[in-house]
Amino acid sequence: MSLAEAASPRRAAAPARAAPLRLRAIAKAFGDKRVLRGLDLDVAAGQFVAIIGRSGCGKSTLLRLIAGLDAPDAGAIDFDGTAGVAPRVMFQEPRLLPWANVIANVEVGLGARRREAGARRRALDALAAVGLAERAADWPGALSGGQKQRVALARALVSRPRVLALDEPLGALDALTRIEMQSLLETAWRREGFTALLVTHDVAEAAALADRIVLLEDGAVALDLDVALPRPRLRGSPEFGRLEETILDRLLGPSRNA
Amino acid sequence: MADTATSLQRTMQTPRSALRLDLKRLLAPAVGWIAPLSLVVVWQASASLGRLPDSLLPSPLAVLAAGWRLTLSGDLPRNVEVSFLRAIAGLVVGGAIGFGFGLANGLSRVSDRLTDTILQMARNIPHLALIPLVIVWFGIDEAAKLFLVALGVFFPIYANTLHGVRSVDPQLVEMAKSYGMRPLELFSRVILPGALPSIFVGLRYALGIMWLTLIVAETIAAQSGVGYMAMQAREFLQLDVVVLAIAIYALLGKLADVVVRALERACLAWRPALHGD
Repeated sequence: MSLAEAASPRRAAAPARAAPLRLRAIAKAFGDKRVLRGLDLDVAAGQFVAIIGRSGCGKSTLLRLIAGLDAPDAGAIDFDGTAGVAPRVMFQEPRLLPWANVIANVEVGLGARRREAGARRRALDALAAVGLAERAADWPGALSGGQKQRVALARALVSRPRVLALDEPLGALDALTRIEMQSLLETAWRREGFTALLVTHDVAEAAALADRIVLLEDGAVALDLDVALPRPRLRGSPEFGRLEETILDRLLGPSRNA
Repeated sequence: MADTATSLQRTMQTPRSALRLDLKRLLAPAVGWIAPLSLVVVWQASASLGRLPDSLLPSPLAVLAAGWRLTLSGDLPRNVEVSFLRAIAGLVVGGAIGFGFGLANGLSRVSDRLTDTILQMARNIPHLALIPLVIVWFGIDEAAKLFLVALGVFFPIYANTLHGVRSVDPQLVEMAKSYGMRPLELFSRVILPGALPSIFVGLRYALGIMWLTLIVAETIAAQSGVGYMAMQAREFLQLDVVVLAIAIYALLGKLADVVVRALERACLAWRPALHGD
């Protein structure tokens, strides 16, 4: 992926593929612990939203509800009338099938369309898009942590999802690999134009990728910040630093003042 | 640049390291045979030097001669065939039932509640303790041997299939479901491959129990088979035939192990641990 490619404007057709998201009064409890308490959130089609917050603030729970992995106790999640939205999930762990080679793992992402003509071609294209075309026949066990997550990204993207939910997918990677993955993710999002929901505990990551940063606290939205910085974003720029500082202040507020 | 240099280096190293690897691969299995062959050599030498009376333990050559004699008469091939078929039949029947129950109880809570307790209770009865009962039920018919072998191999296959299905990574199952895999596909692409390493462990245990059961059953209640051949020979003090029967059991056991290893290598090629094997 070259710089020129990353800087190219988003395709005009892309947002039409994305689906908007509307959450109303979402509540979820695990036993006595009320994780989400009446959360409302609207996400425009094609928007890249980062969801941040301290551990246990309910951000992963929220993502699992959006992805349909769990059901909310109360409230409604809908994709604003858009039919046939199957949100794809990228987990914190790659979750590749160790007994299937890399290309077969990508094909898992096609679901029932795996048997259609041209499925292999699409899987190979998705794999090439993450720069791993030459590893198609390898076992996942032979890949590094970052490469495994790239295969997981290809698997998530091969079905051209309209909503992609990312649950701290880069959390376990080393700093350099993480920055590489971030720009890979940004490129994919610009090319495909899906609605992206990224849960992360890394404020810099949220600032680098998101159109909008949502901070969760006590199971509800505590801060909703639009990020107007031009892309690709320069981590060293003063605006970037100020944005990061604002969010960190809000996150660490009480302890910083003390 | 760095990638090109590395791959170039790798290409240049290939012929030499490949040759060394080939030699290693050829010699590695041979190393395993050093101990048993030395034992045979020492055994034969002791017999030839008169240190080992034939009435106590016949020499390897005498055993080979007995083998040749019985091969010519047709007794040996016939008995080996009978024993082999009994072993396989018992393994298939008992293994299939154990596999079925293992899958059912691993996948279904209802099935597990209904059957696991009684199966675990039955497991604690040594199956060979049933021989008197089995003789009463089936006489010394083929059914008796089939029943005992099937019962013996059932438990290791059941327990390990159950364990394998239960220990499949729930994160993978969740991933597969979120990608819309249907139950049948979920089973064939995620659960079964995930349980397979454990199932193979069960199969290996089962093979050991299979031979053990068959030997005991054939020495006690049979009119053919390698075990019966050995018992007959003991009656006529043909120790060479007794030792021959023991050697044949050892070889059949080794053969089963080789077959399972090959199967494992084919089915579990993805496991890094097996690559160096």
